[in-house]
Amino acid sequence: MPRSYGNANCPYFWSTCGHTVFQEPSLYTVKAVFILDNDGNRLLSKYYDKELYPSMKEQKNFEKNVFNKTHKADTDEIAFVEGMTIVYKCSIDLFFYVVGSSQENELMLMAVLNCLFESLGQILRKNVERRCLLDNLDGVFLVVDEIIDGGVILESDPQQVIQKVNYRADENPLSEQSVAQIMQSAKEQIKWSILK
Amino acid sequence: MSLFVEQICQLLGSGSNPFQHLEKSAVLQEARIFNETPINPRRCLHILTKIIYLLNQGEHFGTMEATEAFFAMTRLFQSNDQTLRRMCYLTIKEMANISEDVIIVTSSLTKDMTGKEDVYRGPAIRALCRITDTTMLQAIERYMKQAIVDKVPSVSSSALVSSLHMVKMSYDVVKRWVNEAQEAASSDNIMVQYHALGLLYHLRKNDRLAVSKMLNKFTKSGLKSPFAYCMLIRIASKLLEETEAGHDSPLFDFIESCLRNKHEMVVYEAASAIVHMPNCTARELAPAVSVLQLFCSSPKAALRYAAVRTLNKVAMKHPSAVTACNLDLENLITDSNRSIATLAITTLLKTGSESSVDRLMKQISSFVSEISDEFKVVVVQAISALCQKYPRKHSVMMNFLSNMLRDDGGFEYKRAIVDCIISIIEENPESKETGLAHLCEFIEDCEHTVLATKILHLLGKEGPRTPSPSKYIRFIFNRVVLESEAVRAAAVSALAKFGAQNDDLLPSVLVLMQRCMMDSDDEVRDRATFYMNVLQQKQKALNAAYIFNGLSVSVPGLEKSLHQYTLEPTEKPFDMKSVPLANTPITEQKTEFAPVATSKLPEKPGPTRQDIYQEQLAAIPEFQGLGSLFKTSEAVQLTEAETEYVVRCVKHTFARHMVFQFDCTNTLNDQLLQKVMVQMEPSEAYEVLHYVPAANLPYSQPGSCYSLVRLPEDDPTAVSCTFSCTLKYLVKDCDPNTGEPDDDGYDDEYVLEDLEVTVADHIQKVLKPNFAAAWDEVGDDFEKEETFALASVRTLDEAVGNIISFLGMQPCERSDKVPENKNSHILFLAGVFRGGHDVLVRSRLALADGVTMQVTVRSSDETVVDIILASVG
Repeated sequence: MPRSYGNANCPYFWSTCGHTVFQEPSLYTVKAVFILDNDGNRLLSKYYDKELYPSMKEQKNFEKNVFNKTHKADTDEIAFVEGMTIVYKCSIDLFFYVVGSSQENELMLMAVLNCLFESLGQILRKNVERRCLLDNLDGVFLVVDEIIDGGVILESDPQQVIQKVNYRADENPLSEQSVAQIMQSAKEQIKWSILK
Repeated sequence: MSLFVEQICQLLGSGSNPFQHLEKSAVLQEARIFNETPINPRRCLHILTKIIYLLNQGEHFGTMEATEAFFAMTRLFQSNDQTLRRMCYLTIKEMANISEDVIIVTSSLTKDMTGKEDVYRGPAIRALCRITDTTMLQAIERYMKQAIVDKVPSVSSSALVSSLHMVKMSYDVVKRWVNEAQEAASSDNIMVQYHALGLLYHLRKNDRLAVSKMLNKFTKSGLKSPFAYCMLIRIASKLLEETEAGHDSPLFDFIESCLRNKHEMVVYEAASAIVHMPNCTARELAPAVSVLQLFCSSPKAALRYAAVRTLNKVAMKHPSAVTACNLDLENLITDSNRSIATLAITTLLKTGSESSVDRLMKQISSFVSEISDEFKVVVVQAISALCQKYPRKHSVMMNFLSNMLRDDGGFEYKRAIVDCIISIIEENPESKETGLAHLCEFIEDCEHTVLATKILHLLGKEGPRTPSPSKYIRFIFNRVVLESEAVRAAAVSALAKFGAQNDDLLPSVLVLMQRCMMDSDDEVRDRATFYMNVLQQKQKALNAAYIFNGLSVSVPGLEKSLHQYTLEPTEKPFDMKSVPLANTPITEQKTEFAPVATSKLPEKPGPTRQDIYQEQLAAIPEFQGLGSLFKTSEAVQLTEAETEYVVRCVKHTFARHMVFQFDCTNTLNDQLLQKVMVQMEPSEAYEVLHYVPAANLPYSQPGSCYSLVRLPEDDPTAVSCTFSCTLKYLVKDCDPNTGEPDDDGYDDEYVLEDLEVTVADHIQKVLKPNFAAAWDEVGDDFEKEETFALASVRTLDEAVGNIISFLGMQPCERSDKVPENKNSHILFLAGVFRGGHDVLVRSRLALADGVTMQVTVRSSDETVVDIILASVG
């Protein structure tokens, strides 16, 4: 076996992005959308461009990469990862991501993200956290389906989305969300009393 | 105490995931309750959710089990629970590709799509179109047309978007719905407007006139949807670009008027469109830049990001247009979003004037320690670009870079800095010694083998030519004592170069070599022994051939040749000249980087283009026995861009033959071409031996045919020739829709442009890192010199460019760059002529009225020298 002695002569190339001047006018705005928990696990994820990350392995790698780059800076709302523009939002233990091409209008992606976030806020009764989201996962699937269809923005007004989905969160006697709410505030209080 | 709190927090935490340990088989088992009567909507809903969740997690469903679950699910249409029905639609869409016979639900969906329940209609249309094919589409065409103009917005939007998805598959059907889409476009609902516009454009985009009419109509009517406005702006700027209309066009006015729209999304889209237009004047840019400037202070991070990213693009072409925003950009350097801060910095580095460089660098130093490696790399790249722009500032930059080099950082970051320093050294001779000193310091404590070997190589190349080479020896020899095998081996090679170049250092180098010959690693010992023996001969030619300028053969080629040699027992020694040469890598790096560094870097170049061609040609029986491929030239177009047939030619040169490869594309969808070949008529004594036709050339699938030509043997100086070329083929007409060809065809031909073979096709580029040594090595046995006047050339740059492209040789010692404000220049070129003879050209250029050029050619073969001089003359 020939051993490789680092060939100092060998140049390597920076991958330079070809700048296409104009993108083809199209309604296909969203490349992907996904929701991760605070360990970076996928809870829901849709890829609309078949050429972008065709295999499950590539998709999960991408999500991991995005998560690593964004979960610490949770106050930011936009990042650029693997040549894609990513807008995101975090709520308690959930991360919401909308992905578009590097040439996409960031504000359009933002409109999608806001619509997704507000619609979920309504069907989950402001209780946008992991447990509650999983308990109402059917509603979440339906909301995403009403906002984006195959990469096209179908609706961007949360009120319209709610109306179309017409979904009611489970109402148990001591409903899940109220328990979670109490837990959340109790958790905060205990934390604060310790920190004082 | 704290442990207790932690436990409580954990207990209170978000709890477990109810879907975490789902078993596919268990879920499918549960799905049997779909068949129970009466249907329990809650339980069924939960199971459908589980199935979709599993699919979403990437769980694989076999066709059998998917089909079974799908058929069970169809029973749920009997329930009238809204959410359950909606989840059925989702399941249909998710399973459309994995289950068989999904069309079974067509009638249920058609019923829902035309039914009374508005909540079902839109989603049912979208699910139905997902499982429909072209033939079935015609059956539901009537319903689709009605749905597009339905007064319920969600129905209309769903129908429009689904139609758009189906354009790719059934263009001919969908295009019949244009009138309905047109009607929908005047809807009051903003999303319907947007979707109708998108569909209309997609159906008409190949008809420029129709697009233009449509734009005209909508820009006047005033749409309400900001999304639709963004779409209009994109269509308008595309049309402007295609028609090359001036900026006095009404379309440009429309885009500019959008800068005053009340939606930020539209304003930004318009500004971005203007910025990206080619040939925009500063006056036209100004309004766009000023809205971007406003956005820089927006509280929304996405808007600030969008603005600074776009300004960054403007700065590439029109740095002066962005200077007005410098203050806003400087505020963004401290932005909490690091992507924004980095973009701001790089933009400032592009727009900053020479005088502001020092201040900027100070600002960066305070900022650089806080950002991640990935962004640091971007900053280094920006600095590198700045160095090229303001070479006089190199000392400031060098200082800065050396500080960065001392900081902690990962491999990519260090590599970017080292590259930047190396490029400064190469651009500015006066910075060489400081730069080398910084790099020497760096390798004293460098954990990255690749960087250490790279720097050692550079030291070996540049160090011996500095005024005091001896000071580098210590740094290099330290490596031999302290580092890993790869670094030690590189250090030995570097040492040898000092010994070869500097006679007074030779004795000490020989002593050090002796020490290296006792190394524990065999590669290090081998190198030391080899160099020791070469150096002891004290012969310039040997030094040049074995120390300064190494082998220039392609490594995969050498491997293949050696393998071949061992297979055929022969008395003859192995001939190095039979090995194909390595293509000189393109070292010119682009300085336009992506806005933020991309993480993937191709570490190992794959097989070169020539290696790939070599494989392809070797597979063709007619071309056996031509020997190894000597050179492959760049492709030449033999047709205009938009003609019926597109043909380009790649010339492959062998020792005594040439193969012309014609890559043909048939752009007519109603023709199938067969037996395609290119007939060639040479102007000189070239002889066409063989044509290898392409058997079939269907619409839009490229194919190749070849011609084999023998080079004239009795007259080696006949290196240039012109061929007149004609494409000959058998045409079979075919149905453009089905692609079915007729049985009978007819012969036809198509005249192509002439093809030139020039001297450059016979010479392969070879980089000689030390040209002077190579010049001595070849010697003056066959040296010839002549003087020419290049009357038509006005500048030295132009002359240098012309000579390089004419001879097709490799410029050495960076002599292809003419320093500014000089009246004379020397260009060094190196190459190998077909047959394996080294050729070196030294060309002295002087600028007076025109350019006068004195060419000196050296080669190991006299004919080659004559050929070069004859072709220049």
